[in-house]
Amino acid sequence: MATWTWFHKLSSPPHFYRIAGKMIPWYAIPAALLIVAGIYGGLVAAPADYQQGEAFRIIYVHAPSAWLSLMCYTTMAVAAAVGLIWRIKLAHALAAATAPIGASFALLCLVTGSLWGRPMWGTWWVWDGRLTSQLILFFLYLGYMALRSAYDDLQRADRASAVLALVGVVNVPIIHFSVYWWNSLHQGSTVIRKDGPAMPPSMLVPLLMCFAGFTLLYAALACVRVRAEVLNRERNATWLKELSPS
Amino acid sequence: MNPVTTSLGRAAWLVLERDLRLALRRWEQITHPVAFFLMIASLFPLALSPEPSQLRNISPCVVWVGALLSSLLALESLYRSDQDDGTLEQMTLSGQPLPVLLFAKTVAHWLLSGIPLVVAAPLVGLWMGAPERTFGVMMLSVALGTGVLSFLGSVAAALTLGTRRGSVLLSLLVLPLALPVLIFGAKATDLAMRGESPAGAVLLLAAVLILTVTLAPWASAAAVRISLE
Amino acid sequence: MHDFLDMGGYGLYVWPSYGLAAAVLAWNIWSALRLQRIALEHARRRVAIAKSDAERAAH
Repeated sequence: MATWTWFHKLSSPPHFYRIAGKMIPWYAIPAALLIVAGIYGGLVAAPADYQQGEAFRIIYVHAPSAWLSLMCYTTMAVAAAVGLIWRIKLAHALAAATAPIGASFALLCLVTGSLWGRPMWGTWWVWDGRLTSQLILFFLYLGYMALRSAYDDLQRADRASAVLALVGVVNVPIIHFSVYWWNSLHQGSTVIRKDGPAMPPSMLVPLLMCFAGFTLLYAALACVRVRAEVLNRERNATWLKELSPS
Repeated sequence: MNPVTTSLGRAAWLVLERDLRLALRRWEQITHPVAFFLMIASLFPLALSPEPSQLRNISPCVVWVGALLSSLLALESLYRSDQDDGTLEQMTLSGQPLPVLLFAKTVAHWLLSGIPLVVAAPLVGLWMGAPERTFGVMMLSVALGTGVLSFLGSVAAALTLGTRRGSVLLSLLVLPLALPVLIFGAKATDLAMRGESPAGAVLLLAAVLILTVTLAPWASAAAVRISLE
Repeated sequence: MHDFLDMGGYGLYVWPSYGLAAAVLAWNIWSALRLQRIALEHARRRVAIAKSDAERAAH
């Protein structure tokens, strides 16, 4: 019962606006520290990979962005479901705020994967299972954002795109499976294992720092974006008056 | 007839029958996607080469890409006219469960857009020089695949009802979701052509169809209600 | 220093990756802050309009 009231309180826009505003530095500062330390560790401190040489250092931006793009899609779908079922505007705002972040990291993952693939595979693009499903994920983001922008009315944009996000999230495992299945049937699998078996700590620790840093950065960005969405949605609420100093 | 006493099955049947009858009055709804399918297929030899061995190798790809794009084209007509004349709104107000009515509507759409493509697929196969023994698998996979596309498309078409620029948006929404269908369908035909068993791919396609048929009508119903608000 | 930039011959691939990552991070931060600035500005304007309307009604 206590958690329920807490949930309701948090989902009230003014309350969320204040809490999220206080939380931003608590996410942003550790995110910045972790990303800087992780990148330094990855670029300078970690030894070169015995197979891939220095090229493996791309993993420190490639893998966290892959993770973030998937996490964003899941977050979006969960927020969309919450918004549809309990009609919570804040959840819709979160879904809307998450899509561009996820799409940008999906794109980053694709391009860094391609840059990594060039020296490793000898071509810029290979229809490898992971790259292909990442590409489709990027297309799903594009569809979601296109549908949102096609509606003028915010309420309908919220609910229509929420339905699409749910259909998409049911499809993601199917797409993933079908792409791997298709890939494994192609001429002898040439998939290069990017993450070798066990990583030594000097390589692993910076990678984990990057993962944590990117995730915290998402939290900070989502807070800023949802706050902006809340302001745009709360047309004439009295609490907005507190914002203007005079 | 008093609508309150109309049973659910009867209501669904009425929707199905009505759509079929309307389509038979306007043949172009059926013939245009098929003509589009044949035209797409004729592009490949022209763009690639008239070399039979090359064409034979890509025949599953041609059949499947063509079928996918043609069924996308047919989706436009799924709700549009019913929205314009208010039929769709009447359906939401009829008191009958909307998912069931939309299910019937989508089945009608599949019969009108999917079956002609199933019939046209072997013709395209002949053009591309695919062996005759693959036609059975080809038709079966196209039948299952267009079923999935109709149901997925019914959700996307309902979502884009309330927007102005519907058609490009519709393709953007459906294509990424339709990729598993393309992969399984093309692979089934390809396996049959190589003389291997296509059972796995066909069963996967059937599984996707069952899942889509079960879930899509609910999403379509939600989307129609949002679009008609 | 030269060795570091060369990245064992892979510098041409490693540095663009990091450059792009920096660009994506920067875009994310910039666009979020821009949205916030615009939203705040609009909200303040709405409040100001509401206030002046109320004052006019009172007169």
